[in-house]
Amino acid sequence: MEHIVSRFRNFTILGVVLFAQVIGLAVQVYRPSANGGSARLVRVWTSAAITPLERAVIGAQQGLKYGWDTYFYLRGVRVENEGLKLQLDQLRIQQARLREDAAQARRLQALLAFKEQFVAQTIAAQVIGTGGSEHSRIIYIDKGADEGLRTDMAVVTPEGIVGKIIRADKTTSQVLMVNDEQGGVGALLEKSRLQGIVRGTPGGSLVLHNIMNDEKVEKGEIVLASGGDRVFPKGMPIGRVKDIRNGPDVFFEIEVAPAADLNRLEEVLVVTKLVDKSPDVNMAGPVRAADMLAERLPSVPPSPPTGPDGKPLNATPGANGATHAAPPKPATTGASAAGTATNPKPSAASTKAPKPAPKPSNSNSIAAQQSGSTAAGQGTSAAPPKPAIKPATPATEVPQAGAQTGMKPANPQPRPEQTPVTQPPPGALR
Amino acid sequence: MRAAVAQTMRPDEAVYRFNGLVTVGVPLLAIFIRAFLPIRFHFFSWFELPLLVTIYFAMARRNQVAGMMTGAIIGLVQDSMTQLPIGIYGMANTIVGYGASSLSAKIDTENPGSRALITFCFYLLHQFIYITVARGMARLDVQWQWHRVVLIGIVNAVVAVFLFASLDRFRQKV
Repeated sequence: MEHIVSRFRNFTILGVVLFAQVIGLAVQVYRPSANGGSARLVRVWTSAAITPLERAVIGAQQGLKYGWDTYFYLRGVRVENEGLKLQLDQLRIQQARLREDAAQARRLQALLAFKEQFVAQTIAAQVIGTGGSEHSRIIYIDKGADEGLRTDMAVVTPEGIVGKIIRADKTTSQVLMVNDEQGGVGALLEKSRLQGIVRGTPGGSLVLHNIMNDEKVEKGEIVLASGGDRVFPKGMPIGRVKDIRNGPDVFFEIEVAPAADLNRLEEVLVVTKLVDKSPDVNMAGPVRAADMLAERLPSVPPSPPTGPDGKPLNATPGANGATHAAPPKPATTGASAAGTATNPKPSAASTKAPKPAPKPSNSNSIAAQQSGSTAAGQGTSAAPPKPAIKPATPATEVPQAGAQTGMKPANPQPRPEQTPVTQPPPGALR
Repeated sequence: MRAAVAQTMRPDEAVYRFNGLVTVGVPLLAIFIRAFLPIRFHFFSWFELPLLVTIYFAMARRNQVAGMMTGAIIGLVQDSMTQLPIGIYGMANTIVGYGASSLSAKIDTENPGSRALITFCFYLLHQFIYITVARGMARLDVQWQWHRVVLIGIVNAVVAVFLFASLDRFRQKV
């Protein structure tokens, strides 16, 4: 026996080394709970040895790039600046509209006692390395436990979800990307609201599972985080449906193109705090006693709109009804309703030269005045084709009020465009 | 020892050694490049530099124990950078290191053509061992994709020719 061992010394050593690794592997695989043992120590040592070099290279590269970009390479900055200003103007307009939508959503959610997840706090981090293996989708970031990062925190970019932290060391963290086969996200299809689970594949792509193959799913549909996993914030984009195939059983196998470019990550955001809270009822704006009364007694006719002098604007019964005339979709926001009443598609160009919108003569909704004024400024000032419609602007506030009280209007009226309205005072038009 | 005998019989199969800095620095640099550069240049993830360094050191030293130990250490460091169980790369690189040092005693490893061919074959072997261990022991769903493995193997064979030529400058004949 001794002779055989000495004769095949090298081969014996190979066997011993392999056997030791097999044992070590077996211990890790079958006792995953013992993760904090020596294996973890090895990982920490490796990370401590490699990541300082990566941080130094990244730091030097960023310093050089910053110096070059800030002080030397300024070609085309003026043109870019002008373009960005234009884009900013357009985004402001869009923001105003979205603010209105959000305000109404908050009001509705408050009425329904709806709880929502808010991303309360994030930390920006730099990607400093990868796992160094084509079979593992891991990245290292330059923030760790010292900055308050912990395991299972979501890592995102403005485009979409990246992954979650699986290990937080002192100064660095290891992030498991969603396209790793061990990664997964609770998912929701944006249009159909079908829920499933997005998992990574060995090839590094994303597949949406658990969608029955008799459901209707379209290519290009956006896949969002459902929030059910309590890691990723609800509504965060995961990607888009790229391909739909029939799976081996009754489920689809839906390939998803990731929203974030997972192959070119440089900076990411770590969501350090998610808050579950109901929207603040105060954000819904003050509610008038008359509105509350109208909610309880839908048959009570609303008060007619009054002008600045306190007199009713419209003497005709029809006009009175027009103030509470509901467009077919009462859920439309004040902003969008205002927009559609005058110009179905308010363009950015048309909003560049805003005309002063008429003051909402309907004084029965402060919220409509506060939030709707912005909308009117954006939407109704968008080059109205027919000035005669402008006085009907108060009608567009009604859905706002209706939404505020959470009720459908008692007496649906024709569309504002069709509603005969009296001419407002000339000053109100200009 | 066997390699030393071979050296006296065939001058083209000399045994080489490396100073401490190169012995430690080159594998670390290879691992660093493998982990760092794919952030900026994704195609760098195709280059298995740690494997190439394992093969090179094993062939240059012509010592089976040294070859397997080099492979084992490099592989374990690679493993520890992933979230996967430690030992998968370790085993694959250990066997490749052992095989490369064994082979170097039998064939000419100075020729660029033979270096490319050896690297290509060892890349296939490395992938085969990795996938077998990953599927059989770690229960990972890793799949063998012929076209991908062959393509990356060819790329690494080409890279190996240039890498080995540049590393030849650091070796010292025993």
